[in-house]
Amino acid sequence: MSATEYERTPAIAEKGYETPLAHDLEAIWESKPGIRGFLSTVDHKEIGIRYLVTSFVFLVLGGIEALVMRLQLAGPNKSLLTPEQYNELFSMHGLTMIFLYALPVLSGFSNYLFPLVLGSRDMAFPRLNAFSYWVYVASGIFMYASLVLGFAPNDGWFSYVPYALKPYNPGPNMDFYALGMIFYGVSTTVGSANFVVTFLRMRAPGMSINRVPILTWGTVTVSFGNLFAVPAVSLAFLMMWADRQFNTHFFTPETGGQPLLWQHLFWMFAHPWVYVVVLPAMGLVSDALPIFCRRPIVGYTVVVLGTITTMVLGFGVWLHHMFATGLPFLALSFFSAASFVITIPSAVAVFAWIATIWTGRPVITTAFLFFAGFIAMFVIGGVSGVMTAAVPADRQLTDTYFVVAHLHYVLIGINLFAVMGALYVWFPKITGRLMSERLGRWNFWLVFVGFNLGFFPMHVTGLMGMPRRIYTYPDGLGWDTLNLITTMGAFVLAIGILLLLINLAISRRGGAPAGPNPWDGPTLEWATPSPPPPYNFPVIPLVASRHPLWEERLGETEAGHSEIHRGPVLADGKEALATTALDAQPDVILKMPEDSYAPFVVTLAMAVAFTGLLLANWWVAGIGGLAILIGSLVWLWPEAALAQKARRPA
Amino acid sequence: MSEPLIIRRRLPVGSMGKKANGWWGMLALIATEAALFAYLLFSYFFFDVQYGRGWLPEKLPAFRLSGPNTVILLLSSVAVWWAEREARKGNRARQCLGLAVGLLLGIAFVVIQGFEWADKTFTPFSSSYGSLFFTITGFHMAHVIAGLIVLASLLLWSALGYFDDRRNAPVTIGAIYWHFVDAVWLAVFFSLYVTPHLR
Ligand code: HEM
Repeated sequence: MSATEYERTPAIAEKGYETPLAHDLEAIWESKPGIRGFLSTVDHKEIGIRYLVTSFVFLVLGGIEALVMRLQLAGPNKSLLTPEQYNELFSMHGLTMIFLYALPVLSGFSNYLFPLVLGSRDMAFPRLNAFSYWVYVASGIFMYASLVLGFAPNDGWFSYVPYALKPYNPGPNMDFYALGMIFYGVSTTVGSANFVVTFLRMRAPGMSINRVPILTWGTVTVSFGNLFAVPAVSLAFLMMWADRQFNTHFFTPETGGQPLLWQHLFWMFAHPWVYVVVLPAMGLVSDALPIFCRRPIVGYTVVVLGTITTMVLGFGVWLHHMFATGLPFLALSFFSAASFVITIPSAVAVFAWIATIWTGRPVITTAFLFFAGFIAMFVIGGVSGVMTAAVPADRQLTDTYFVVAHLHYVLIGINLFAVMGALYVWFPKITGRLMSERLGRWNFWLVFVGFNLGFFPMHVTGLMGMPRRIYTYPDGLGWDTLNLITTMGAFVLAIGILLLLINLAISRRGGAPAGPNPWDGPTLEWATPSPPPPYNFPVIPLVASRHPLWEERLGETEAGHSEIHRGPVLADGKEALATTALDAQPDVILKMPEDSYAPFVVTLAMAVAFTGLLLANWWVAGIGGLAILIGSLVWLWPEAALAQKARRPA
Repeated sequence: MSEPLIIRRRLPVGSMGKKANGWWGMLALIATEAALFAYLLFSYFFFDVQYGRGWLPEKLPAFRLSGPNTVILLLSSVAVWWAEREARKGNRARQCLGLAVGLLLGIAFVVIQGFEWADKTFTPFSSSYGSLFFTITGFHMAHVIAGLIVLASLLLWSALGYFDDRRNAPVTIGAIYWHFVDAVWLAVFFSLYVTPHLR
């Protein structure tokens, strides 16, 4: 069996994690120890964990920024922050939460879970996976450098022109944001491509497209969306940077530019983006909630179709903005309009979840509580969304705290609640330890009460006319008490999140051993040990239903029985099986890449290049660019071990 | 059927044409790049519609250089297509020839486009039209240059004998990228050069 053979019939063996085969696989797949392994690993599980940890670091940073803002707003006429500092804080908070936390945390789950639930050994592009993580971190550091140096972006997360242009904003603040977002866009794009191809090609044989877990549907849908949406924002920020740096005339009104173009390009991206940060979270719930209801989800097909429809509509809403003469609509809060549409197909999902609970036998765990809370918040966020979106006359609410309340109900309710619940579900898989349920209850109730205490009153302050993005307010407007309550709620919420972190830290070592399937889940990840070995599956599973581990008890065996105890061995080096896109028939045995420094090195080169652009030092930028080129060539050079070269010697 | 029967047959191993993940990855890259150009052209027409004829330069973009240059780029696509076909037959010499011709035609395109740029009376900094014209054609040039690096690498690898009649996925993948770059040029050419004459 040479590395360049062209065809093979895979041998069949019994599954086992202690067999000689398993030991061989372990040796083939494991990363080097120490710093070398740290910088070069391409293991999707390791990368997934890094995504989760890093995004939580950004959640904490964004949370601290929020708390400082809330201290400033706790009462009238406070002077903890200057107006400029307040502007920088809400801008950093917004961009941190939306870009550096909300999507990456979901990518963390998807990276960790995709190959496991699909019955594969890794993602389609392991090195690209590592690359997307490194670029995410590097771009995050790049944007945060602005805060450390005292030049943080100060124009809100959607940074409207002309305020973001040089005459009004002479410091490097907006350059950090513009270049940082272009940098970050690379991470999102390659990550999305990876999810799409993994979904299409790396499913276990027999896992036809109607048998995949819903969480992969959520992620793959938004990844498709990202491929088409991200270029809009990268281009918009490039134009902004060029206007600032080179005096081009894209957005400058005085010289024939079009400020409105910024808004179009930005929202073409940002409209879909709101779905991007919630749909995968909804997918996680759609897979995890049924485990605790002891039954399959009600309406798999409609939930999947609802997911896809929502994403498509996400692009459509923007179009609708476009053809209506634009400005008045665009001035409306974008979150409201987004929610107006999301409520329609999403209502389907809500009914599916409620029906699943209703007809199931719910087991009340902390995870279940978070999912129930998620559904409740979803409904409130949906209702307030309809309120702001339905009546054009309700422009009253736009740019008030009503919008702030609404967007936090959507983002915290649908993203953070789902994420916390999902952590309780999959933490045992990741670490082999259960999280403390007792701490978990405290965690949930503090978050739930704190969140509602903090954000519900904002609806009222908004209705009373308090505008968003103000650094302070005079007394005597009747806002004082509500704002104080809001601030207290924010701190209770923060303590709740802190408890989660404490629970994670304690349980990682001291939690009760979880075993392979602590919740008795139905999908393939639960057929591996906790934590799974580097190669995931010693033999490739064969799938005959949506719930391979439940099919006997559900009688889901019309298409035969899934086979996870015996299957093809792929152990001639790092190998994985690719299957056809729709019906998942075995298609080709793939050679998977070894650990590699290339992703890290190319990321460093990109960081150098972007720093050069930021400093307007074209030499540095050029050297970075050259290094990117060389790094990529080395990366892509055909390798015999990957069966990219002909057998015939050169 | 507890026997995993469906796997009891010979499967291809490794990087195999359109079965290679790289092929799928390239399709994803092309999708996102196509979106990028769609947004660029959207921006162009956004200005065009808002401002009308007065926004375009006095002297509309001419076909004197751009016309022949378009033909050159299309011919390079044909050459690369031929090279790929020969690659699948395992004919290394013709495969190298096709790639080399494609590469040279591509370089010719870049040089002529340089003259075309030098010919312009406006700059990226003189008007919003100039900013967009040079950004769009500049983005396309960047893609051509990336494509040329790809073609050059493929030529080198082919010459080194890395590929044969079955193991040649990089050629297939690189070729589709080059065709994409050409297709984008047609869209750019139509938008920037042809539509101004149609109004
Ligand atoms: C720890 C809990 C949180 C608190 C206390 C909090 C508080 C705040 C405050 C005070 C503002 C500024 C309102 C204004 O002056 O207009 C704000 C804005 C915002 N928050 Fe949060 N937030 C929290 C969590 C989150 C999360 C988890 C997300 C997203 C996933 C998020 C997304 C946003 C966005 C997008 C804005 C708008 C920024 C802008 O106006 O440009 N927040 N938040």
